[in-house]
Amino acid sequence: MFAFIISRILQAIPVMAAVALISFAMFAYVGDPVSIMLGQDFTEAQRQALVASLGLDQPFFVQFAKFVANAAQGEFGLSYRLSRPVAELIAERAPATLELAFCAAVIAMCVGVPMGVYTGLYRNSWLSRFFLTFSLVGVSLPTFLIGILLILVFSVWLGWLPSFGRGDVVQLGWWSTGFLTVSGLKALILPSITLGLFQLTLIMRLVRAEMLEVLRTDYIKFARARGLPNRAVHFGHALKNTLVPVITIAGLQLGGIIAFAIVTETVFQWPGMGLLFIQSVGAADIPVMAAYLMLIALVFVVINLVVDLLYYLVDPRLRVDRAAAKGA
Amino acid sequence: MAPILEVRNLRVEFPTRRGTLVALDDVSFDIAPGEVLGVVGESGAGKSMTGAAIIGLLEPPGRIASGQVLLAGKRIDNLGYEQMRRIRGREIGAIFQDPLTTLNPLYTVGRQLVETIQTHLGLNDAEARRRAIGWLEMVGIPAASQRVDSYPHEFSGGMRQRVVIALALCAEPKLIVADEPTTALDVSIQAQVIALLKGLARDKGTAMMLVTHDMGVIAETADRVAVMYAGRIAEIGPVREVVKHPKHPYSVGLMASIPPLDRRVEHLAQIDGAMPRLSAIPPGCAFNPRCPEVFGRCRVERPDLLDAGATRAACWLYDPASEKRAPEAMRHG
Repeated sequence: MFAFIISRILQAIPVMAAVALISFAMFAYVGDPVSIMLGQDFTEAQRQALVASLGLDQPFFVQFAKFVANAAQGEFGLSYRLSRPVAELIAERAPATLELAFCAAVIAMCVGVPMGVYTGLYRNSWLSRFFLTFSLVGVSLPTFLIGILLILVFSVWLGWLPSFGRGDVVQLGWWSTGFLTVSGLKALILPSITLGLFQLTLIMRLVRAEMLEVLRTDYIKFARARGLPNRAVHFGHALKNTLVPVITIAGLQLGGIIAFAIVTETVFQWPGMGLLFIQSVGAADIPVMAAYLMLIALVFVVINLVVDLLYYLVDPRLRVDRAAAKGA
Repeated sequence: MAPILEVRNLRVEFPTRRGTLVALDDVSFDIAPGEVLGVVGESGAGKSMTGAAIIGLLEPPGRIASGQVLLAGKRIDNLGYEQMRRIRGREIGAIFQDPLTTLNPLYTVGRQLVETIQTHLGLNDAEARRRAIGWLEMVGIPAASQRVDSYPHEFSGGMRQRVVIALALCAEPKLIVADEPTTALDVSIQAQVIALLKGLARDKGTAMMLVTHDMGVIAETADRVAVMYAGRIAEIGPVREVVKHPKHPYSVGLMASIPPLDRRVEHLAQIDGAMPRLSAIPPGCAFNPRCPEVFGRCRVERPDLLDAGATRAACWLYDPASEKRAPEAMRHG
């Protein structure tokens, strides 16, 4: 098990190196930070001084090596736009995005899985048909439209929930949380539904398809022939056998929720990393963009590792195949 | 002795868009306590369907259209799902064909045994586990107390079928419905598993319905045999009679198609043609297009089971009112 984790971490290194190269390449090819920082009025001497202070006069590989060494320590330099350390900016914004992503993922799993099980078990009931129709809406409507519709209904017409922002937050060390105040929780509801709806419908459809597949298997027939109660057959035997693909997709989706919360954060003016990223794109704030890119790559690598470890927990066959392969 | 299982005029139908298919038609038989009834026939003859109807697990939209199934004198074909669930595993055990797919791959065999035992017998964890280990020993799993925590994929096919047998028997049912229990196993393992099944059934006084298309298994194991064809019983009687002196022309063909071991043959004997599909069963006797003895009446009227010496056969050759009688060879074997 330990060897497996080490090997996965080693495999992650080239992935991260490739992403680092792309991030770094942005400095060279996306806009000219020097002219942005200098503004309209400057002398050649000032320009030279800035280029030297930023280290842009050094050879490519020296610059890249420096970039990687700094990135490994979480050091991405100063934001061009805000002239503050990028790491600080991201640390400030990360809790908002992570809390939003967490809520969205919880909604997607806690609602999507039961709905998937239900529609798998009672294929022809009217409620299943309703869920399936509803899931089509969730899959096909773009996120920004769902967000705007929710704001229209719950904020503008009904006035129940705030239309933007995080509400009041409580500072726990460097982590700012919206979970501890009523306004913070209320502010979370609409964005997390918006962000989670697509994942919810995806998970529901996946669980349903897997359940239909598993319910046809011999071991489910045999479980029934042994007289096990329906609850044990459906949840103990059938659902657990659907988990491996569900974990895979749910894991990738969680990465997607964190990485691509951009649209939702923009619609709700949610002060998270996505909003920071979109503002940085507008200002060609390359250090922030590079750091964001690296961070998202890291998130995906970590989630994939966790997903792989969960397989082992769920499916005993994988545990043995590995041991057997080692013995052979 | 009163039979443990009585099947009376069982008819199973599948309503489809293009009309109703009759999968089982007028099937009747008994099984006495401790008796092994073999059920043979070609694929699609309704052997497995009969088993599924008895344990109440017909695949929808299949349903019992008429007839009765009685277990120890009580009707079970009209019970609700929950009442029937309590009978499955407790009163009727089931064994399926492929041991590689009948066990849930994600749970240890011990867990699957314990959950079955606890569902039906309501024992505490320690006692149920003790029984589970006992059953694994009884079906001949070596080092059962360690193997109880193994997963199905850690067993060979034969060992898995032993586990399946333990699962089917662990609540001590009065009847076992074994649907091709050895078909998926290596020939060398088949005999062991059959011997085990027969031995356990004898020790516990369990009756068994053994569905198979392996005549060797039937000859070794069964007390009586039912030969099925196109959803009906063609012939039923003591195993020795049906194997040695089959009366129905279909049984005759079936037995003749067993390759002899003691001499070389150029061609294997076969019955010409194929069993009709359920949607195209001919009028009269379903076997008439393939029957070497066919005569006028066979194409018009459907025969019921008639006394044919030591067995009962659904064939007009054995009706004294028919214009044709069974050939001398078939009458006396």
